[in-house]
Amino acid sequence: MKYVKLIISFVLTIGVFFILNTKLGSIPPIGKFLNPYSGIWQNETTETTSGDISIPGLKDKVTVHYDDQLIPHVFAQNESDLYKAQGYLTAKHRLWQLEFQTFAASGRLSEIIGEKALDYDRTERRRGMGYGADQAIAYMEKHDKETLGYIQDYADGVNAYIRQLKPENYPVEYKLLDYKPEAWTPKKTTLLLMYMTKMLAGYDDDLEYTNTLRLLGKDNFDLLFPDFFDITDPVIPKETDWSFIDVAQTPLPNSKAVLDTITETISKPHPDNGSNNWAISGAKSATGNPILANDPHLGLNLPSIWFVMQLSTPKHNAFGATIPGALSVISGFNQYIAWGETNATRDVIDWYKVEFNKDRTKYKYDGQWKDVSIRVEDIKIKGKENYKDTVLYTHHGPVVYDKNFKSDMELAGYAMKWIGHEGGNNQKTFIELNKAKNYDEYVQALQYWNAPAQNFVFASTEGDIALWIQGKFPNKWEGQGKFLMDGSNPENDWQSYIPQQFNAHTKNPDRGFVSSANQHPVDENYPFYVFNDGYETYRNRVINDYFNSKEKFSIEDFKNLHNNNYNLKAAEIVPYMLEHMDTSPLDEEEMSIYNEIKAWKFNNDIDEVGPSIFRQWYGKLYNLVWDEFVSEDTALSSPFTYQTIYLLKNHGEHKFMDIVKTEDKVETAKDLILIAFRSAVSKLIEIREEKGNYKWANYKATYAGHLLQALPAFSRFDIPIGGDRNIVNATSENHGPSWRMIVEMSSPPTALGIYPGGQSGNPGSKYYDNLIDDWAEGKYLQLNFLQSSQATDAIISTLTLTPKN
Amino acid sequence: MKNNIFNFFATILLALLLSFALPWWSVMTAALATSLFFPLKKAAVFFVPFLAILVFWGTYSFILSSGNDYTLAKRIATLLPLGGNPYVLMLVTGCVGGLAAGIAAVFGKQFASYASKK
Repeated sequence: MKYVKLIISFVLTIGVFFILNTKLGSIPPIGKFLNPYSGIWQNETTETTSGDISIPGLKDKVTVHYDDQLIPHVFAQNESDLYKAQGYLTAKHRLWQLEFQTFAASGRLSEIIGEKALDYDRTERRRGMGYGADQAIAYMEKHDKETLGYIQDYADGVNAYIRQLKPENYPVEYKLLDYKPEAWTPKKTTLLLMYMTKMLAGYDDDLEYTNTLRLLGKDNFDLLFPDFFDITDPVIPKETDWSFIDVAQTPLPNSKAVLDTITETISKPHPDNGSNNWAISGAKSATGNPILANDPHLGLNLPSIWFVMQLSTPKHNAFGATIPGALSVISGFNQYIAWGETNATRDVIDWYKVEFNKDRTKYKYDGQWKDVSIRVEDIKIKGKENYKDTVLYTHHGPVVYDKNFKSDMELAGYAMKWIGHEGGNNQKTFIELNKAKNYDEYVQALQYWNAPAQNFVFASTEGDIALWIQGKFPNKWEGQGKFLMDGSNPENDWQSYIPQQFNAHTKNPDRGFVSSANQHPVDENYPFYVFNDGYETYRNRVINDYFNSKEKFSIEDFKNLHNNNYNLKAAEIVPYMLEHMDTSPLDEEEMSIYNEIKAWKFNNDIDEVGPSIFRQWYGKLYNLVWDEFVSEDTALSSPFTYQTIYLLKNHGEHKFMDIVKTEDKVETAKDLILIAFRSAVSKLIEIREEKGNYKWANYKATYAGHLLQALPAFSRFDIPIGGDRNIVNATSENHGPSWRMIVEMSSPPTALGIYPGGQSGNPGSKYYDNLIDDWAEGKYLQLNFLQSSQATDAIISTLTLTPKN
Repeated sequence: MKNNIFNFFATILLALLLSFALPWWSVMTAALATSLFFPLKKAAVFFVPFLAILVFWGTYSFILSSGNDYTLAKRIATLLPLGGNPYVLMLVTGCVGGLAAGIAAVFGKQFASYASKK
């Protein structure tokens, strides 16, 4: 009997130990997780920002002053120490995010969260994310050892932090998922840059367009997806003289699209990824100093994508938003210049159909067989055996779709040609911008930048303003790469690149300002082929109209414009919808909602109901118009908003307006407007019953979601902020201005900045999300630009990094 | 009763000391050891070390959390989910440690009586 009791109690003891020490499904190992000496209670702390820390490899002492927003102001004696310190401090405040983003970039999420991420991981690997990062490292090894050296310094800094980190101090996400940080490498920095490239230059609809062309024919395709809309207000002003360009567009070969049926395509980045930036000249500024602003629109996440720092050596002094994993300031200013970026979408992804020989070791090209090269992607999966995915590479790039992935073609595949695989030296652009003193040095810095193409806005204390659209762009023939191309025909390859000096740009234009908001880069007069890559058509016009509306502008005007909620899209279609709807069948409830939107002045402010009615009404209308584009076995993308509105107004009787389902009836735009309105009303009533009202703040319910699938415990919900996509304040549900910056080019410059998050990556820190409320209210932080390593009143504590002997 | 009190404080003290050298399961080791040196009877075998570690972990987590406005505790109490109440999380933390300790003590008791019978 004793014996039995002993065995039972022993088994129970082992059982309890096992259960409390093991991650079961999504439940963390609860004993490890909750115990007060190494579990989450150790993360219940606000970070230390004082003391002395010795770091191996430092050449000299580095002083880090923290202000009351936990912004580090770093004073190093040389660049190598500076980037070590940047790596160290980024790891100190954002370690989990820093690492997680590169796992996401390289398709390694299965390692952390298990098999459910396998499809994602395979997609990222087949997209060639790791391959592209390898190319970037190879390029730097060959051409720019200095930059690679700084990237190594950054890695050394991160690793110095990781090495001294005790398990009880691991960020809480490691404890939740039960894993630990690994060493940082230079390749991780290039992976992070690939991640940005994917986010901003990884969107394309070529395969969807191929299906559309096959189904609807060329005339319809051109009507729905024109290269230029009927209005353009491009980034580079229309009146620009291009006569200095002496290279011609690639002549049109006799090439035909390959009209395959494509069932499914790989996941794409968020279509709203974009930004605003602008700068005004001294003549247009109330103080006589140029003023510059930037606000990148990205997913609203916690920890935030941005980490604000001041980074200085005796030779330069830069301040602004950094991205964990990348060196130097990305959007910011120094003592002489300020710069910021918006995405300059261009079609830099093309697809080629390749045909293989019988054992898939060769592919057809120019009438011959060319060797395929192979990259085996070995994907670790938590709790399971590794998954090995063999990806075939052609001279175009990786064969993303083949019989092993989202396709059933036995001896063919679709290869991806992407500028992201070219291996550039993007990091150098930022390192040089941080040090640049004037326009020429800014232009000099930009030349290294390949992708993602950006509209780099510029202003200097010397009084110049400028905007360059910088990226490495193929010089395409008319229409090249809009659709799937035959990969065996050399004429379909990218023939050459647009010489960098012929990238579109403008310096000190007569109108006294430069601006960009992801709209068309140029008008039809630019001598190279530019395909409409989903260009924005609303924010740009609101911004440009604003700067044309009066003579002088102040910082206050800039703030107002950042927070401008005017919905130009609604203003252009709602009056038409109201006018062309037959109101006679509407009941009382419908009439009252009709009157609500009629009274709306097109501002997406938080207390308005108009924006919610518009979202519902227009959303339903859009879906009714493009019901032809809903298909389960064919990948399709429906036309852009601007063109939809254009067609509604100008081609109201077109056969696309007809609802396919109703065979006995032919609907027109007018009918759709009424059907959409009535179904919008019933949805709005539902929302009112559920949420109390459908005021915009309630309806939109903006949130900043934690990077781990928006874990509610680590996210912020119901953030009261207006705006929406296509509005200058581009805040939609989970997407919007991820960093707002305004810099006045006084000497030294004075700057404001804010972002929806906080400097700490620790959900247990008060600095984790402390900036969100101010951001939502349209407030800014005054950025304390220290001019020397002497602490000022703004500094609350100082951390010293010293060389370890 | 005296043994109960001795065991209670000895478990806390030993658990505290072992925590510097061992991971979270040091509470199991501590309870196992005290069950051998301060043998208890019946339900007390489980409940005394259970309460000892409950008090120890509960108090320790309270001290860590109260100094930081319970910022993280509130979040973890949402995650688990415990209605966002940090005190419930402390109680749960204490119970988890207590459970592990109590079970280990029961094993210790059985082991002691098995060994002595032999």
